[in-house]
Amino acid sequence: MDTKELERIANQIRIDIIEMTYEAQSGHPGGSLSAADILTVLYFKEMNVDPDNPRWEDRDRLVMSKGHATPVWYAALAEKGFIPREEIKTFRKINSRLQGHPNMNDTPGVDMTTGSLGQGLSTANGMAIAGKLNNKDYRVYAVLGDGECQEGQIWEAAMSAAHYKLDNLTAILDHNGLQIDGPNKDIMNIEPIEDKWRAFGWHTIRIDGHNIEQIIDAIEEAKTIKGKPTIIIADTIKGKGVSFMENQVGWHGTAPNKEQMEKAIAELKERGERIG
Amino acid sequence: MDKIATRDAYGKTLLELGSQNKDIVVLDADLSKSTKTNEFAKAYPDRFFDMGISEQDMIGTAAGLATCGKIPFASSFAVFATGRAYDQVRDSICYPNLNVKIAATHAGLTVGEDGATHQALEDISLMRGLPNMTVIVPADATSATKLIKLAAEYKGPVYIRLGRPSVPVIYQDTQEFQIGKGIRLKEGRDISIIATGIMVSKAIEAADMLQKEGITAEVIDIHTIKPIDKELIIDTARRTGRVITCEEHNIYGGLGSAVCEVLSENYPARVKRIGVKDTFGESGTPDELLKKYGLTSEEIVKAAREML
Ligand SMILES: Cc1ncc(C[n+]2csc(CCOP(=O)(O)OP(=O)(O)O)c2C)c(N)n1
Ligand SMILES: [Mg+2]
Repeated sequence: MDTKELERIANQIRIDIIEMTYEAQSGHPGGSLSAADILTVLYFKEMNVDPDNPRWEDRDRLVMSKGHATPVWYAALAEKGFIPREEIKTFRKINSRLQGHPNMNDTPGVDMTTGSLGQGLSTANGMAIAGKLNNKDYRVYAVLGDGECQEGQIWEAAMSAAHYKLDNLTAILDHNGLQIDGPNKDIMNIEPIEDKWRAFGWHTIRIDGHNIEQIIDAIEEAKTIKGKPTIIIADTIKGKGVSFMENQVGWHGTAPNKEQMEKAIAELKERGERIG
Repeated sequence: MDKIATRDAYGKTLLELGSQNKDIVVLDADLSKSTKTNEFAKAYPDRFFDMGISEQDMIGTAAGLATCGKIPFASSFAVFATGRAYDQVRDSICYPNLNVKIAATHAGLTVGEDGATHQALEDISLMRGLPNMTVIVPADATSATKLIKLAAEYKGPVYIRLGRPSVPVIYQDTQEFQIGKGIRLKEGRDISIIATGIMVSKAIEAADMLQKEGITAEVIDIHTIKPIDKELIIDTARRTGRVITCEEHNIYGGLGSAVCEVLSENYPARVKRIGVKDTFGESGTPDELLKKYGLTSEEIVKAAREML
């Protein structure tokens, strides 16, 4: 799949994020939009998964450690064929398989339950250890938030992944600079974040998290690193793709109203046309 | 009577399970000498993971292993396995209903000299409140061995509460166990003593003492606090009309509470709870502590006399 096609898919995922959060009148558009390019590359270029057999033993696995980013995950899963397209309209509604935060037993393609921040990386480590024990060559991906890195458990898990030399694990940090109460640097500074991961024994790669080619290259590079885990620090823009949502703390967990939804979708459609 | 610690039974049982099933993996958080997982570590180093002093990460890692078909046993002291890592047990294990066994040792006052920070008196309560969780509290080494094997066969989260000191062996090897089914150890007409963990042997002693006064007591071992054996509890209350519960745990939220829930909804009967009365423990020898906090056969006898 070429870069243009991936960009097109990422744009469609962004449209779905807006529609889902509008339809649900709740959910997290900001941190979903920032991760749209990352998830697009994972699902449409890198990850070895089978929508007809979501629990296939040899599949690559994804843990959305920043579990609130369900809109981007469900949109990618729908696009990939794990769930019917119409179903994304049920997001966050009663009796839906698409819970507000991901639950592995509800949604095909969801490999781990998350929502309480800080827990996902440990579970990804467990999957990576199991891969080594079982002589499987699948890879495990964990998507982390930057605010999430304030959780102590992230650093427990960072230490374990390096200690157990989990080179079949790639973490991707959605480094959008914002959390709920404001910018990371004002709430609880996490910088220098790359130095921290390196000091914990990880191979680090820094990229523009909205550049499809850089995302692909980084994921490919991670596969070649032996004896240690890799983290891709993806500099991103929270709310990316919708002008009035970009870099706005307020769009972390707020749904658009009708007017905002229409404006956002019109912008994204225009963006899609520019991609061609 | 032989005395063996339930944690020793755990260490031996892990070895046996490890030889039979290569999917059994064991995790510890820098307490493997105390939890007795070190024997497994020696025998199966590739399947043992010391996570260092990071209980939250240990629980999460166990959850991830379970998603890939492993059967992880994660061990630490009861206080840390359930308290420090509560949110991880809740969201990474119980909500997704993953096949992780949390085998926690050093539960209760009988930790002894380490004192209150190390004496879990609320772990049953914490674990019992989690959907999908099974809660097992063996009374002796024999039942610990059998119940740990059953837990390994059972698919789903299990909390197994184990102790530090040697405790009397009360069961023969031929005794059969079933998760969720209590055991009537002694029949009686006057009063029912429902106990769990190390208090089962004290309940037997108390029943013998009462017998000398002409009082016959039923003794029941509720080794599975959840799912609890409602039928047996209702049945014994029907026979005697008076119930004493005994546990090495806070009187809030543990066996006593669980028995009261069953009886008040199904067969209201008088219940007296013996347990730690909503206080923290302290340093001392296990026996001194049990005496000071009222967890003795004498206290059970006293409670029985008061109720009759
Ligand atoms: C343990 C825990 N504490 C608090 C929350 C509430 N919460 C949800 S999202 C969020 C901010 C996350 O910020 P970040 O990790 O930077 O995510 P992103 O910016 O990518 O959305 C918080 C505090 C939570 N889900 N889990
Ligand atoms: Mg952020």
